[in-house]
Amino acid sequence: LSPGCEFLFPQAPTMFAQCSHNSASPVLLLVLLGCVLCPPAQASKSSEDIRCKCICPPYRNISGHIYNKNVSQKDCNCLHVVEPMPVPGNDVEAYCLLCECKYEERSTTTIKVIIIIYLSVVGALLLYMAFLVLVDPLIRKPDAYTHPLHNEEDSEDARSLAAVPTPAGARANTVLERVEGAQQRWKRQVQEQRKTVFDRHKMLS
Amino acid sequence: GFSSYNGGGMNGTSTMMDFLEEPLPGVGTYEDFNTIDWVREKSRDRDRHREITNRSKESTWALLHSVSDAFSGWLLMLLIGLLAGSLAGLIDISAHWMTDLKEGVCLAGFWFNHEHCCWKSNTTFTDRDKCPEWKSWSQLILGYGEGAFAYILNYFMYVIWALMFSLLAVLLVKGFAPYACGSGIPEIKTILSGFIIRGYLGKWTLVIKTITLVLAVSSGLSLGKEGPLVHVACCCGNILCHLFTKYRKNEAKRREVLSAAAAAGVSVAFGAPIGGVLFSLEEVSYYFPLKTLWRSFFAALVAAFTLRSINPFGNSRLVLFYVEFHLPWHLLELVPFILLGIFGGLWGAFFIRSNIAWCRRRKTTRLGKYPVLEVFVVTAITAILAFPNEYTRMSTSELISELFNDCGILDSSKLCEYVNDFNSTKGDDLPDRAAGPGVYTAMWQLALALIMKVFITIFTFGMKVPSGLFIPSMAVGAIAGRLLGVAVEQLAFYHHDWAIFSGWCSQGADCITPGLYAMVGAAACLGGVTRMTVSLVVIMFELTGGLEYIVPLMAAAMTSKWVADAIGREGIYDAHIRLNGYPFLEAKEEFSHKTRAMDVMRPRKNDPPLTVITQDSMSVEDVETIVTSTTYSGYPVVVSRASQRLVGFVLRRDLIISVENARKKQDGIVSTSVICFTDYCPPLPPSSPSVLKLRSILDLSPFTVTDETPMEIVVDIFRKLGLRQCLVTHNGKLLGIITKKDVLKHIAQMANQDPNSILFN
Repeated sequence: LSPGCEFLFPQAPTMFAQCSHNSASPVLLLVLLGCVLCPPAQASKSSEDIRCKCICPPYRNISGHIYNKNVSQKDCNCLHVVEPMPVPGNDVEAYCLLCECKYEERSTTTIKVIIIIYLSVVGALLLYMAFLVLVDPLIRKPDAYTHPLHNEEDSEDARSLAAVPTPAGARANTVLERVEGAQQRWKRQVQEQRKTVFDRHKMLS
Repeated sequence: GFSSYNGGGMNGTSTMMDFLEEPLPGVGTYEDFNTIDWVREKSRDRDRHREITNRSKESTWALLHSVSDAFSGWLLMLLIGLLAGSLAGLIDISAHWMTDLKEGVCLAGFWFNHEHCCWKSNTTFTDRDKCPEWKSWSQLILGYGEGAFAYILNYFMYVIWALMFSLLAVLLVKGFAPYACGSGIPEIKTILSGFIIRGYLGKWTLVIKTITLVLAVSSGLSLGKEGPLVHVACCCGNILCHLFTKYRKNEAKRREVLSAAAAAGVSVAFGAPIGGVLFSLEEVSYYFPLKTLWRSFFAALVAAFTLRSINPFGNSRLVLFYVEFHLPWHLLELVPFILLGIFGGLWGAFFIRSNIAWCRRRKTTRLGKYPVLEVFVVTAITAILAFPNEYTRMSTSELISELFNDCGILDSSKLCEYVNDFNSTKGDDLPDRAAGPGVYTAMWQLALALIMKVFITIFTFGMKVPSGLFIPSMAVGAIAGRLLGVAVEQLAFYHHDWAIFSGWCSQGADCITPGLYAMVGAAACLGGVTRMTVSLVVIMFELTGGLEYIVPLMAAAMTSKWVADAIGREGIYDAHIRLNGYPFLEAKEEFSHKTRAMDVMRPRKNDPPLTVITQDSMSVEDVETIVTSTTYSGYPVVVSRASQRLVGFVLRRDLIISVENARKKQDGIVSTSVICFTDYCPPLPPSSPSVLKLRSILDLSPFTVTDETPMEIVVDIFRKLGLRQCLVTHNGKLLGIITKKDVLKHIAQMANQDPNSILFN
């Protein structure tokens, strides 16, 4: 499933753009959820990922030392891990009292997958932003700028009516037209949000 | 009441299949930046539930449908917990890695941070933190790591990385989801009280907030990720609600889910499920029915469990600064704990005042026009000031972890450089010792770090990147606590023969734990800023894993809350709500003035009379004129203008949609058609156009009060029932209307605040 996730993510922004309240978005979301959850579930515990680490401080004339050993959590104590024991038999207990043993485990696969997912999403977003800023104004026809500047009251009612989903009707929309329509709607939404937050400072001071 | 979705509301008079029986799409939904009508939503849900229960006796399929409907809530909680936990794991691991990226890179695999890079290598005891696989930037570029030039290069790379991260964060926020900035908790509080902000909990906001939160935290800015994690969890909740009809269509049920999601968010932030539920109950939610309590706990538990199985920190803990010591404390130590509480309260009040002043300046002056530049400058200042001091260079969570830590034999940090006398050590239990030179250096470095954090957080919280407040406040408190703890420890060591110490702190005993002071200080500062009470104590004791420290934590939290409340009444989130003018009706304050409903209602004495619609004598054209010439969000419907006897209340949005739809779809509806809101419309001459029946959109049970009702009761009604508007009658005749905005303005006026600051409708 992980290669599928790598493939899915570069197209995710476009896919997000075309999702309205239809059934595609819950399915996409569940797939996303699966992609996020499955790497940890798949993470196999290689032997390098478990260890018991014992740190022993300097004792009398013996210098401090760190001991690592791959043992289970039950056996993670001084007696099993510290080998060879630097002190003679009757001193072992006193020495072991000073040592601190901790059981640690990690999953390198999880870390690798998560970092790679994160970097690819950031990369995809950067590419999309570059596309929107540089390429989009060139290929889009200039008549997209015809909607007039109207004041708030008008736009609220117009928006409230526009928000009512129009019946499907018999208009045959190609996939490209639908994606473009969704993208235009999303861009308008972001513009509205930007005006509210950055320009008018109405929200989120 | 309202007609239910399946048309079961009309009493059998609907022999003709009226086109308007089926609710039109859009009727019953709300516009952006409006308040929902809780009563209507709750009654709709009850109707739907009744319908399903009645139908379930008919067939097995209907029975299965009713069972699945009952379980859908629990399934939704499970999904929310899973998604919130996974996203928190992603955020934790990525933030941990990127924070270390500012200092160097791991050659064994670039995705490892410093700690994981050195996991496999054999380190010696004296050089426990260094390993050959981890290269700092100067080592990578120049080949050597020591010396002045290497230091300058490290400094330069640190600042460059910090600037890159924060610039990327603010550009992503500005470009894709402007709602993703800030903490999110004030807006979520407002949403949960019934306000609609479309897009605030949407998909893009979720993605951008997750990504930019990691960037903002990694850039070294003085902010935390707990508040934004609540926003992320609520976004997950909102998005997953769309999978279930029951929650998608009903705003009140959705808010129950959002309360549970907020609990899951805090639970993964602190690894504290119970604390998360209490935080949601105390701070974030408005209406919290008991059913939500159990479900929130379930969601929080699932989220915590998911995060634990991802195991971001390698030690099966959910927070970096989990501590587990159980050393005793003495009753006399309550004095310094209360001092820490007073410090926390003073700092909280100071922070709130200055942060609100700075945010107000950002809103009103030209400073707000340059958000990207502001982020750049603040990051540059933070990075340049932070690098020289080791305690500000490390990430704030690591700093808190080190401050909470009790010094053992094996700790090699500067803070634990006490003068050791190995002959007197028995086992690993260390007594109170004299401070070595390392401790003195650490003390003044920590003092500088404290001053820097106190001031820089004021300018950081509220910037246009996701920013949380919990971690910086805890850091300030932890530093203050540790300083006080070490001071008390040294006092006890050098003067163990004083009367106050001799009883319980003999020489060679381990009596003072500076780590505990740091914990108590953190709790005090967090309580002073957010004014949390129960949830704070529960979160802190879930963090420390034991009940021993409940009394010090409670003492400090209570003291800080009392001190802070004496100076300023509001916590940081309420202060931000008031700053932004959100229509949030404060549930905790008492309204104690003697005004009456007639003083607050509209229209006032000299205003034009109330705009009403008659039940069966207005034409479509008249109604359209009224709707276009006024901007009210609803109109009362009366029997006739002469009598002004109330029939019901109709919402503007529903009216517009129905009339538009009727003009297009129904034949015979023209501008002179009469609109009839009743069951039995008056007979008209046969030549007149057909009647438009709008009975289904009329609310037949609007709330009314008389004009002599005291405002205390009116405010109470608005709070408890979640009303949007309330009609005022006099001797049975309709006199005026009170909306929630009027109530808020009135409260603001009574408190001598500016009533025009209530912005939204």
